[in-house]
Amino acid sequence: MKQTELTIIENLPLCADVYRMVLAGDTSAVTAPGQFVNLKLDGFFLRRPISVCDWDTGQLSIIYKVVGRGTAAMARLHPGAVLDTLTGLGNGYDLSLSGKHPLLVGGGVGVPPLYGLAKRLIAQGKRVTAVLGFEHADNILLADDFRALGASVILTTADGSVGIRGFVTNGMAEAGEYTYLYTCGPEPMLRAVYDACRTSGQFSFEERMGCGFGACMGCTCRTKYGNKRICKDGPVLQKEEIVW
Amino acid sequence: MVNTRVTLCGIELDNPIIPASGTFGYGYEFAELYDINILGTFSFKGTTREARFGNPTPRIAEYAGGLLNSVGLQNPGVDAVIAEELPKLGRVFHKPVMANVSGFSVAEYAEVCERLDAQEQVGWLEVNISCPNVHGGGAAFGAEPESAAQVTRAVKAVTKKPVIMKLSPAAADIAAVARACEDAGADGISLINTLPGMRIDLKRRAPLLANGMGGMSGPGIFPLAVRMVYQVYEAVSIPIVGMGGVCYAEDVLELMLAGATAVGVGAANLTEPMVCKHIIENMPAVMERYGIKNITDIIGGAHHG
Repeated sequence: MKQTELTIIENLPLCADVYRMVLAGDTSAVTAPGQFVNLKLDGFFLRRPISVCDWDTGQLSIIYKVVGRGTAAMARLHPGAVLDTLTGLGNGYDLSLSGKHPLLVGGGVGVPPLYGLAKRLIAQGKRVTAVLGFEHADNILLADDFRALGASVILTTADGSVGIRGFVTNGMAEAGEYTYLYTCGPEPMLRAVYDACRTSGQFSFEERMGCGFGACMGCTCRTKYGNKRICKDGPVLQKEEIVW
Repeated sequence: MVNTRVTLCGIELDNPIIPASGTFGYGYEFAELYDINILGTFSFKGTTREARFGNPTPRIAEYAGGLLNSVGLQNPGVDAVIAEELPKLGRVFHKPVMANVSGFSVAEYAEVCERLDAQEQVGWLEVNISCPNVHGGGAAFGAEPESAAQVTRAVKAVTKKPVIMKLSPAAADIAAVARACEDAGADGISLINTLPGMRIDLKRRAPLLANGMGGMSGPGIFPLAVRMVYQVYEAVSIPIVGMGGVCYAEDVLELMLAGATAVGVGAANLTEPMVCKHIIENMPAVMERYGIKNITDIIGGAHHG
C-alpha cells in the first residue's frame, strides 16, 4: 500500500454511465492485476475503491460505473485534477496458477480488472479465452481491447443483442477446454460461474469497505480457511476456500 | 519548544494521541505507512472471550459527517490475541498498548481483562461497555450507572493495571454513568463510543446495513464528543480519554480544553491512514499558535469556576 497523489489525464465515458479514468503518478505499489485503488473525493468521507484495469510505470487506468453520488462526482472531474489515492490495495490475481490456457470470465464492470490480467497472461505466452457478459450491446466494455491483445473473446448479452443470448455461463459452455479460471463480476454471477467451473480458479469479490486496507474489518467474509477481509486478504479468493 | 507529554493513569505518553479501538487493528497495516511508535499509544481491536465473526455484511455505510459501522466486535478471541496478535504487534510497536475488552456478561469482562492484565505489553485496559452493535452485551452495560459499576468492580477485582471504562453517548445520563464507574474504582473514563444511527438503501428500500443500525463516527459527532467530555469532566476527577470525530491537532486541543487528558482518533484513520502522524507533526505549531507550552496545562481549561 502506498498513499500518493495521482493526476487525472483522461476521464471519458465508454458507454452509458461507465467511464474510463487514466491517472498519472506513482504506480509502484500496484503489483498484480485485480488490485484496486481507493480514491479520496472532495465532499465524501469514505474513499471510493475501484479496481485497476491496467497500469504501467507512471500511469494507471480504472473503469467505473456511476452508481451513486460519489461515482457521479468522479465522472465530473476534469483532466489536471489531483486525487489523493491509496494504491496497490488487495492481493490481486496470482498468474502462476493459470496453466497454458486460462479462461477469464467477466460481467459488466467486473470485466476491467481482467483486461490487465489478460495482457500479462498473454505476455507470458498463455492462450487466453475471455467470456465477457453484458446486459445489452450498448453496455459492452473492452471487447475489442481483449481481441487486440490476442485473446479469443466470447460475448454474451442478456437480451441477445450481440453474441450469445444469456449469461456468462452460456458463454463458458462454448469456451471448450481450459486449464484454469479467473473471474470478476457481481456475486450472483460469481456463484453461477463457480457452479459451472470445471477447474480450479480465482474469484474476485466486491463488498462495501470502510478503509480498503484491512483496518476496520468492515468487509470481512467467511472462508473455509477462516475469516478474510475482502480488501486486504482479497478481493481475490481461491475457488477452494469460498463459502457461499 | 513545546511539551506534548501527558500522563494517563500513571503512565507517561510522548503525546496524547491514541488511535481508537476498531480503527487501527493491531497496528500492522499502519506500520506499513509510518513508524507507529510516534503515537502516544493505541487501543487495539476490541477483544472478547470467544472468537467472533461479527455481524453480516454490508456493515459499513457513509454519511456526510463520517461513517456508520455494524462490524459487531469481530476478533479472534482472547487466546488468539495473546498467542498470535500481541507478538506480531510487539514487533511494530514498542510502547505500552491499550487493550480494549468487550463482553456479554460481567464474568466475561472480568475473565478477558484478567488474561490481558497479565500481558507485559498491555499498559491499560479499556473496557468497552458501549458497543452499539451487539445484542445482550456492550452498550447494555453502559446504559445505566449500576450495571456500569458492576462491570467496573468485577474488572478491578482481578486486574492490577489501570482500568479505563469506555462509555456510550447513548446513555441517558453519561455523567452519572461516569461517576458510577469512578465510585466503583475505575482509573479513567473514555468517551465517546459511536452513536447508533441508520441509513436506508433507496434501491432495496431497506436498511443499508445488514444489522439495521450501526454506530456513527467521524467529524459529524465531534461536537457531541466535546459536549460529553465537558460534562463528564465536571462529574469525575479521574482522567478522561476524549474521542469522537477527531481529525486535526486543533480538535485534540479542543477536547483537552473540554477535559480530556488524552485523545482518541478513530474514523479518520480509516480514510486518512496517516492522520495521526500528521496530527502529531502539526501539534507543536498549533500549540505555539495558541500560546500553549505544556499541553497538560490546558486539560479542562475551558471550565471556568
